[in-house]
Amino acid sequence: MNATIASVRMRVLRFGARFLHRPRIDLPLGVALLVLACVGLITLYSASDLDAGVIAGQAARFLLGALLMLAVSRIPPTLLRTWTPWFYAISTFLLVVVAALGEGRGASRWLDLHVVRFQPSEFLKLSMPMMIAWYLHPRQLPPGWKDIFIVGVLIAIPSVLIAKEPDLGTALLVAASGIFVLFLSGIAWWRVGLMLGALAGAAPVAWHFLHDYQRQRVLTFLHPENDPLGNGWHIIQSMIAVGSGGVFGKGWHHGTQSRLEFLPEHTTDFIFAVFSEEFGLIGVLLLLALYVFIVGRCLWIAANARDTYSRLLAGAIGMSFFVYVMVNGGMITGLLPVVGVPLPMISYGGTSAVTLLAGFGVLMSIHAHRKWVS
Amino acid sequence: MSPRGTLKDTHGEVTRFGVRALTGFALIVLALTVLAGRFWFLQVMRHDEFSTRSLANSVHLRHLPPPRGLIYDRNGVLLADNVPAFRLDVVPEKIKHMDAMLSRLSEVVPLSDDDVARFKQSLKAHRPFESVPLKFHLSEEEMDRFAVNAWKFPGVDIAPYLTRNYPLGPQFAHVIGYVARIDDKDLGHLDADRYAGTTHIGKTGIEKYYEDRLHGTPGYELVEVNADQRPQRVLERVAPKAGQNLYLSIDARIQKAAIDAFAGRPGAAVAIDPRNGEVLAMVTVPSFDPNLFVNGISQPDYSALLHDPDKPLLNRALRGGYPPGSTVKPFMGLAGLELGFRKPSDTVLSTGTFYIPGQSRGYRDDQRYGAGTVNLVQAITQSVNTYFYSLALQMGMERIDRYLSKFGFGGKTGIDLPAESVGVLPSPEWKRKTWNKPWYAGETVIAGIGQGYWVVTPMQLAYAVAMLADGGVPHVPHLLRATRDGLNAPVVPLAAPPEAPSAIKNPADFEAVREGMIGVVNDPRGTAYQAGIGRGFPYVIAGKTGTAERFSRKGDEYITTTDKAFLAARHRAWFICFTPAEQPRIAVAVVLEAGAWGGTDAAPIARKILDAWLATQANAPRASTLTASAPQDHPVSAEAAE
Repeated sequence: MNATIASVRMRVLRFGARFLHRPRIDLPLGVALLVLACVGLITLYSASDLDAGVIAGQAARFLLGALLMLAVSRIPPTLLRTWTPWFYAISTFLLVVVAALGEGRGASRWLDLHVVRFQPSEFLKLSMPMMIAWYLHPRQLPPGWKDIFIVGVLIAIPSVLIAKEPDLGTALLVAASGIFVLFLSGIAWWRVGLMLGALAGAAPVAWHFLHDYQRQRVLTFLHPENDPLGNGWHIIQSMIAVGSGGVFGKGWHHGTQSRLEFLPEHTTDFIFAVFSEEFGLIGVLLLLALYVFIVGRCLWIAANARDTYSRLLAGAIGMSFFVYVMVNGGMITGLLPVVGVPLPMISYGGTSAVTLLAGFGVLMSIHAHRKWVS
Repeated sequence: MSPRGTLKDTHGEVTRFGVRALTGFALIVLALTVLAGRFWFLQVMRHDEFSTRSLANSVHLRHLPPPRGLIYDRNGVLLADNVPAFRLDVVPEKIKHMDAMLSRLSEVVPLSDDDVARFKQSLKAHRPFESVPLKFHLSEEEMDRFAVNAWKFPGVDIAPYLTRNYPLGPQFAHVIGYVARIDDKDLGHLDADRYAGTTHIGKTGIEKYYEDRLHGTPGYELVEVNADQRPQRVLERVAPKAGQNLYLSIDARIQKAAIDAFAGRPGAAVAIDPRNGEVLAMVTVPSFDPNLFVNGISQPDYSALLHDPDKPLLNRALRGGYPPGSTVKPFMGLAGLELGFRKPSDTVLSTGTFYIPGQSRGYRDDQRYGAGTVNLVQAITQSVNTYFYSLALQMGMERIDRYLSKFGFGGKTGIDLPAESVGVLPSPEWKRKTWNKPWYAGETVIAGIGQGYWVVTPMQLAYAVAMLADGGVPHVPHLLRATRDGLNAPVVPLAAPPEAPSAIKNPADFEAVREGMIGVVNDPRGTAYQAGIGRGFPYVIAGKTGTAERFSRKGDEYITTTDKAFLAARHRAWFICFTPAEQPRIAVAVVLEAGAWGGTDAAPIARKILDAWLATQANAPRASTLTASAPQDHPVSAEAAE
């Protein structure tokens, strides 16, 4: 009995020691994420009007995400690949459950497990590229029409479910993460061109299936000044925040737009506007540079990955990360329509930061198992 | 060739991936460059524009409603005050389901249908982020109850404000009127800038007439606000300028005494200083509590006032129309003298009945067999109808009409109150216009004693008496005596209007009429002598009684009644007077809606008003009370002199 306990204890200790002393962390990526987390907390502290509770909550999420990242980084990519179909199937199933009995404000995105409330769509942000990478891993690349079609179905099922919730933003992000895998798999350019053309042709059809509020958002995006106190309010207020920041910004916690609550959702979706207002163009360029570095590092890790699965997955995660930044940045500057996409590591709350860091855990694992090291 | 059948081209795949990754990275950098360019466009190119908009965004102009001017009587007794109160404000934008919220809220704080209806009406006039008052003047209990439940009602707040209070309540309801919530009708003609933030406006009386003076100038605050319009910081503040404080010519003591003198019987009285037109008392009985109207009167309260048979909402002094009866005789007599139809010494034989030559219908005197031969003085003193029947017939209605309109009959007196009635000064032309019927001589005859189509208001008659008392010099009656811009400013008396010429050409004519009126009170044959109106009063009182037939209030309810109560209430009882007769300082008109005779019922009320007035006069001889004084054989004595 004692021997058993001692044995278990020894194993746990050994695992813990390895976990601490030889963390499978890519240092440049880790440092970049840490800097990003700090910038996020500083911005959030200002945006929440110095609410320590909000900061504590966010820091706790970062901590949870970091632990999850470290844990995932210990899982070899081969094991991840084995689990991938299950992960994909379960998360898609949860989407069906949410569609059947989910709850939430006007949209059924949330699954309430009484202990935690979460959005199953968040899982798809990770399980989607994993699934496509898993499917393409043993296939002859670049993929032909048949594989493209199957990949298309794999992408479409969860994406349509999420879009039906309705959460168009997340649906697009999830679909994009799958499409990036396809893109990185070396799909022929002429096929890309053909599909883009088909997409453009299908746009009017898609418009027909959009919800009223989604159409409204698109229309508002095109003509924000038509409704300055209604739907256009968000865009206009956000642009005022960004524009009034100027080159050097108004200074930390001196942004009037957000502090005075002209900006809606200024701790979540519109926090980039707060950042732009307070730190100006210089701050924005530095932040974008940091994002570019992280994406670049992800692609570098992908390029050095050992197998197809790892390569495609790492690359897709990196590129998805960029999409978040692009969609969010485009939204707050009035370049893209308003879709509820958080700014990675800066926006407050939700499962976003946790899934994001879990995704980086996968990258860390891939990095640890790169091709020229053991 | 199945993919599974062939070996994966790993090397080619890696190379292809490298190219793709590079391409992707290049596209990403390109996209982020576009994004950075957009930031540059907003933050550099359009920085100035957005800076301005950001500033305008956070700085809001908040209107500060001015405190309404206070109203005092001539001695500084406060008649209208502003007191702090609390109301419930709702920010519509923050309420998702307005009806559900209102029904839940009404369980905490009772909301009347009227409150809700008004609230919904004003919702339309406000922008969604502006707070809209829902319920005014919360009671302590309501505030406590809401405070406990406030967390259930985001977007609903208790807000302080100043509400109007009338400390003397019903005593001045028909003079000062009241303020009430601004409604749709007001919104149509209000200057939106001046009334931004103001919730109440003068609806009747002085409050309405002097709305411009009382309202004041709104101030503003430049406040840094958030998107919920919640103020965060005051950047600049221009204080509102309170409305003017008004000092009325009314003496609250006389007003009170006059009301008490009526003892609840419906009627009205107006006292005017004949030297300048200052209204010293303006009384309507019964009255109502104006405080009920300020924050919205409840339906039961309003219904009770509206259906009260004594009509407390009717401003009798200003709008009550009554046949003047014999009170017109001094004016008729004056017209006869001034227009040259009679000399003071001319006499008329009163036999008890007067006939128009060639007609069989008789017009009666009050005394059964007449008063005998009477001159003007006696005709007034004894109120001899025949004298005035014949005079009226001689003059003809057109001349009467033209002359009496100089004394304000049939027209507005011009008092500083809204909605004054003009009454009716009958004339053939008026009758043709109104009824499209010809004028009959008999109508001229009865007009001679103030019957027929004549309608006067107590205010009109008081004005006419005051004008007569001052020797025919018209002084437009007015309530506003002085103003004051805030507590540190001096009290500024209102500029006197330019002196108008007297309407009386020959002062001797006035002397004769006055002598007749002195006789009414002081001559043992006078119609008011029996009531002892002049007894124990240090000044000589000149007066005239009036007793007009009263139309029954409800159909022929009174017709068959023969009891004393009916007899005691079958007339409109009038009394007009001024004193001191030589140099009048007060003129009074009293009407009792239901009285037996002017001399017995209305005159004592007038005397009480005079007593109260006397008590306010510095260095005035003391009056002995009406009942305690011994009858005087020669009331017109040396003491009548100043």
